[in-house]
Amino acid sequence: MSEEKRERAEGHTAEDFMASIRENILSCMQCGTCTGSCGSAYAMDFTPRQMWRMIQLGLVDEILHSRTFSICTSCYYCTLRCPRGLPLTETIHALKQLAVAKGMAEKKGARFYRTFLDTVRRYGRVREMELMARYFITMKSAVLPLSFTPLGMRLMIKGKVSPEMPKFFGPGKLDAIFRKVKELEASS
Amino acid sequence: MRYFYYSGCSLEGTALEYNLSTQAVMHALGVELIELEDWTCCGASAAETISDLLSMVLPARNLALAARMDKDCDFLIPCSACYLNLRKVDEHLKSDEGLLEKINEVLQEEELSYRGGIRSRHLLDVIASDIGAEMIKAKVNRKLSGLRIAPYYGCQALRPYGGYDDPEQPRCMEPLIEALGAEVHDWTMGAKCCGAGLMTTKKEIAVELTGELLKAAKGADCIATVCPMCQMNLDSYQKQVSQAKGEDLRISVLYLPQLIGMAFGLGEEGLKLGLNMAYTDSLKAKFAEYRMGISPQ
Repeated sequence: MSEEKRERAEGHTAEDFMASIRENILSCMQCGTCTGSCGSAYAMDFTPRQMWRMIQLGLVDEILHSRTFSICTSCYYCTLRCPRGLPLTETIHALKQLAVAKGMAEKKGARFYRTFLDTVRRYGRVREMELMARYFITMKSAVLPLSFTPLGMRLMIKGKVSPEMPKFFGPGKLDAIFRKVKELEASS
Repeated sequence: MRYFYYSGCSLEGTALEYNLSTQAVMHALGVELIELEDWTCCGASAAETISDLLSMVLPARNLALAARMDKDCDFLIPCSACYLNLRKVDEHLKSDEGLLEKINEVLQEEELSYRGGIRSRHLLDVIASDIGAEMIKAKVNRKLSGLRIAPYYGCQALRPYGGYDDPEQPRCMEPLIEALGAEVHDWTMGAKCCGAGLMTTKKEIAVELTGELLKAAKGADCIATVCPMCQMNLDSYQKQVSQAKGEDLRISVLYLPQLIGMAFGLGEEGLKLGLNMAYTDSLKAKFAEYRMGISPQ
């Protein structure tokens, strides 16, 4: 899918979307409480405070190419403590949406979320075993599954996960809901 | 007391012991749990990365199922992520005028509708606020004397909504632990993040965050959790975390209702300790003594 088509399919243009993200952050006064509260800031290339400034300055590509927003664990400490009361964690979710829509999301995270939602659409609930198997398949990595094999084995021995036959054909449990959401978003 | 019980997907699989022990403890307390037939996933942390509307519709579908049953009660939700997602719907309805109409336009596909107004409550909130330490204490017949428990709350049970405890320095588990006859491990990590989904996508960061928690828990006999995601990060990767940190960080990690159930004298069919991934021999020995009614020294 071309990027333009993909954006239309997601129901918004990157510019509109970025404008609404910037709106959220306009009154950030760069105090840095967010960065000081963030447990994973040490692993980010730009700190949360720097990222809000970059949003204000419209540096979209730089942000989407950074790993900052994809490292957020949604712990909501920054949102809780922001003296301006800004919806910081939700803004990060919006950046994740934008990255996924533009096909720029960091590979692992985006593929994991897509695979996750596809199992939800199909069965209504998550099947943990199938989710992980399909995530490994989309990642096309021989090494990645190995790092999860010992845990998978222990879980199976305890009977907490069971391999079930995937149902790739026939209607999915939540097809209608997923279709309608897409339709409404495309028309808005 | 009665509640709509939304167990969520993890509690059907990797967190089965959380599900069964929650039900067993509620049964022992005379709390009625109403099963929601045909419930579906709340969207977890995935829907919000794809679409705002989907992240509202997926939890709202479950609220609509409950609304159809026409019973006036709150939701009881043991998983912190499910709790946040279900509660988020009504929180957003307060400020977003057009949202309810949009949600219902989608739910109409399944002939469901929602008007708002159902309260979504975390299991911890229900135990701490509705049931309370006094009622728990009255049911204890195997005091957990000499057991030191580190209360771990995690993030989304408290933030951004919470409302039943301090979102930075939560304390509500402490009177409950004392009601069981156990001691509280005094630490400041109860509300810090375990790394959540990063354990799957960026393991080295989650290992770092989990490592800090496990280090601070040293000296406790076990950590008590109230979320399947926190539980998994804390209990299933202890070997890798110990290797990364260069010290032995193995410790038992149990769900809060399992500890309550143990003090109530419930049997293994209600506690399902055999399913736990981190349940050390020393804790097993203590529990065997509690079961026999001996207070270990």
